[in-house]
Amino acid sequence: MTERVLVSVVLLAALVFSVRSHAQDQGEQDRGGVDVARQPGAVYDFDKKGEKPGPAPKHDISGVWEPAGGPGAGIHANGAGQMPSDGKPEHELPFTELGRQTFAAHKPTFGVTQVPSALTNDPMPGCNPQGFPRIVLHNFRTSRIIQTPENVVVLYEFNKKWRVIWTDGRPLPKDAGNPTWGAPDAPESRWWGYSVGKWVDDYTFVAESNGFDDRTWLDNAGRPHSDALHVIEQYRRADQLHLDMTITIDDPKMYTKPWVAVKLRLRLQSTQFDIREMECAPIETEEYNKEFADPAAGLDAPK
Amino acid sequence: MKRAFKFISILSLGFFLPVLLFAHHGSSAFDTGKKLTLAGTVTEWFWANPHCFLKFDVKNEQGEVAHWIAETSNPPDMANLGWTKQSFKPGDEVTVVVEPVKNGRPAGRVLQVTFPDGRTLHATGRPPDAPKQ
Repeated sequence: MTERVLVSVVLLAALVFSVRSHAQDQGEQDRGGVDVARQPGAVYDFDKKGEKPGPAPKHDISGVWEPAGGPGAGIHANGAGQMPSDGKPEHELPFTELGRQTFAAHKPTFGVTQVPSALTNDPMPGCNPQGFPRIVLHNFRTSRIIQTPENVVVLYEFNKKWRVIWTDGRPLPKDAGNPTWGAPDAPESRWWGYSVGKWVDDYTFVAESNGFDDRTWLDNAGRPHSDALHVIEQYRRADQLHLDMTITIDDPKMYTKPWVAVKLRLRLQSTQFDIREMECAPIETEEYNKEFADPAAGLDAPK
Repeated sequence: MKRAFKFISILSLGFFLPVLLFAHHGSSAFDTGKKLTLAGTVTEWFWANPHCFLKFDVKNEQGEVAHWIAETSNPPDMANLGWTKQSFKPGDEVTVVVEPVKNGRPAGRVLQVTFPDGRTLHATGRPPDAPKQ
């Protein structure tokens, strides 16, 4: 009898706790909802006070990742997050003479050298590829990392792009200016480069990339790169819920030494997270330009 | 009261518009810091990349109608703030706070929209549940 009472009390307590927890969860969601609708792909798991993430899994950076600082923490309109184009001496890049001249020739619409939209020579507008690493230096949003035996694949939300980092032991193309994975393939530079990666310890994955098309910019502020660009990308699994991403730029034609462009902590999202579609559709861009951008810039006036 | 071209306030308070929501293009076309509050009737809500835009008609006291257009950021950014493809339909009465363009055209970017029931959609800032920065 006493045992039955005890079991009943325990079950009742569990039920009350469960209902209370659910109510608290709902409260967390409501706090985000306020009086507006929230949609799939726009409801995130953020760090919670007192949360104690489990240990980092070994050799695993897979999952859906969002900047731990929340949406926007990976968006850097004014140039690389660690080195924005803001005129501060500490953010002056180690340009070579060629790098300085090339930067001066670029006309971005952001940063200290910005020009009006009508005068820009930014290669990205009009749904042109911004390529890697600009996608990360400019607009890192929710991303999914997939690991297979042969590669690591990164799916980016911005403009719905993806990259393959080979982990099958192949080396980077020897000649970054005439890149190829090897004969019989002819050399061909790429908007997104050639990437290889490996685990340097149980929790740290490092990728290197080269072979880039030099028509892209490094970031939104017009920082240049050449065909000698070499990007080092480090992902360190800090714990069960966090991944630290670091991007280093190494381009001896444009910069006298490598520099760190991005340091960003990412937070793991639910396995059910459905990344929103963010496609650059020329028909929509054309409509936007015709209806808003051109009139706003005075570009629709009769000549 | 006739729906008027209500120029409720023009404030030049150094209003700071978080750049993250308008990362597609620069700010040079806008009269940064100026705010106009306009009461009007929605004619179109365009939910697309690289930016959404809201078209609405604003009538002045003489009955003349100005066809306004104001952009917001892209759908993912707006979804983070609670906006949806169904946020507006033609005929909706709205009060729109915009940062106008410099060239005097009836165009700008949306800062917030308030509905007759008092509900307000904010076009800038961070999701309410995002970590403080």
